[in-house]
Amino acid sequence: MKIAIASGKGGTGKTTLATNLASYMTEREKVVLADLDVEEPNSGLFIRAEHFHSEDKYKSKPAWDSEKCTLCGLCQEVCNFNAVIRMVDDIMVFPKLCHSCYACSELCPEGALPMEQEKIGELNHFRGKNLDFVESRLMIGEEQAVPLIAQTSEYVDQNLPGADLVIMDSPPGTSCPMIEAVKDADLIILVTEPTPFGLHDLKLAVETAEKLDKRHAVVVNRFGIGNDDVIDYCREKGIDIPAMIPNDRRIATLYAGGDLLMIPSVQEQLERVSGYIRRIREEVAG
Amino acid sequence: MKILFTSRGDSWDSEIDPRFGRTEFFFIYDDDSEEVQTYDNRDIANQAHGAGPRTAQKMADYKVDVMVTGNGPGGNAAAVIEKMGVKVYAGAGGMTVKEAYQSFRDGELSEF
Repeated sequence: MKIAIASGKGGTGKTTLATNLASYMTEREKVVLADLDVEEPNSGLFIRAEHFHSEDKYKSKPAWDSEKCTLCGLCQEVCNFNAVIRMVDDIMVFPKLCHSCYACSELCPEGALPMEQEKIGELNHFRGKNLDFVESRLMIGEEQAVPLIAQTSEYVDQNLPGADLVIMDSPPGTSCPMIEAVKDADLIILVTEPTPFGLHDLKLAVETAEKLDKRHAVVVNRFGIGNDDVIDYCREKGIDIPAMIPNDRRIATLYAGGDLLMIPSVQEQLERVSGYIRRIREEVAG
Repeated sequence: MKILFTSRGDSWDSEIDPRFGRTEFFFIYDDDSEEVQTYDNRDIANQAHGAGPRTAQKMADYKVDVMVTGNGPGGNAAAVIEKMGVKVYAGAGGMTVKEAYQSFRDGELSEF
């Protein structure tokens, strides 16, 4: 079963929940934790595991062959992203804008835009007791997280098919990177804080989950601040809230030290989330 | 000499659009012939990606010598503009086209 930990708003506690939940659940089963927030992966700060494997990740982009090109301009007509531009007697390629769709390359009558590989990031795989931790890191200056997120999910599917549970720490927001990270999930857990800002972005994330037709639940973090609007909203929409993590200075202290939250008030909430996941898993399987 | 201003309208009193890629208009003044040309670029709002290169390419049609703008073009657009050999002067944000032209004439704008 795959669970994506996502949120609309950033900084609500996705990584806190993903790392602590993963660690909590390894006590009973084999867990994969995948950090798909490739633009700023930070689950690794909290996970103690042995390095197991690394690999470079690439994306495809066209490379212009000036000898073969007749400057017909078809490539720029078919590019939806303005990544290929004919300028005077040159074809200019902007690799950062390229979405690797191959249209220019495949449709070029002269074969003057062969695709080549460009490194965009690195994947690292670590192993601990009952835990496989996989994270990818996008290279500085790269604009597109999606291809790297997709390849990281693929890596997990191909190399760790026996896991009982895959927990995916997803990018914030509701744009392409988030969609790519949650699209294969059986359950999306949206982490929010009980504030007007938290509620505003939670609504966007819920709408996204609804559009994707994905089962979703909400975990409220920093419970005790703000107001009851998030809880009222979830009640009205019939969205489950399996857990509420209290607002507690000790949590901030542990988090800032790179430690997991081994305190009873949090462990109790993790037990609730884990019970919720087991129930959903039985439903999905049954 | 042909000068292109990124602008929010099509008159001398229009404000300079500080953005290059997503500028709403081009206001082009040829100070030899004293002719004005304008181009409505507002369709660019529909482009989610690559507005810079697209607008730069459109600009190539007008064969200008100089561009006056606000913030200056981003990396992708700058690469196309460099290829065209157009000199870019930035820092005209907040001015009208008329004021920007005067500032350019007086050498008050810095080359990008």
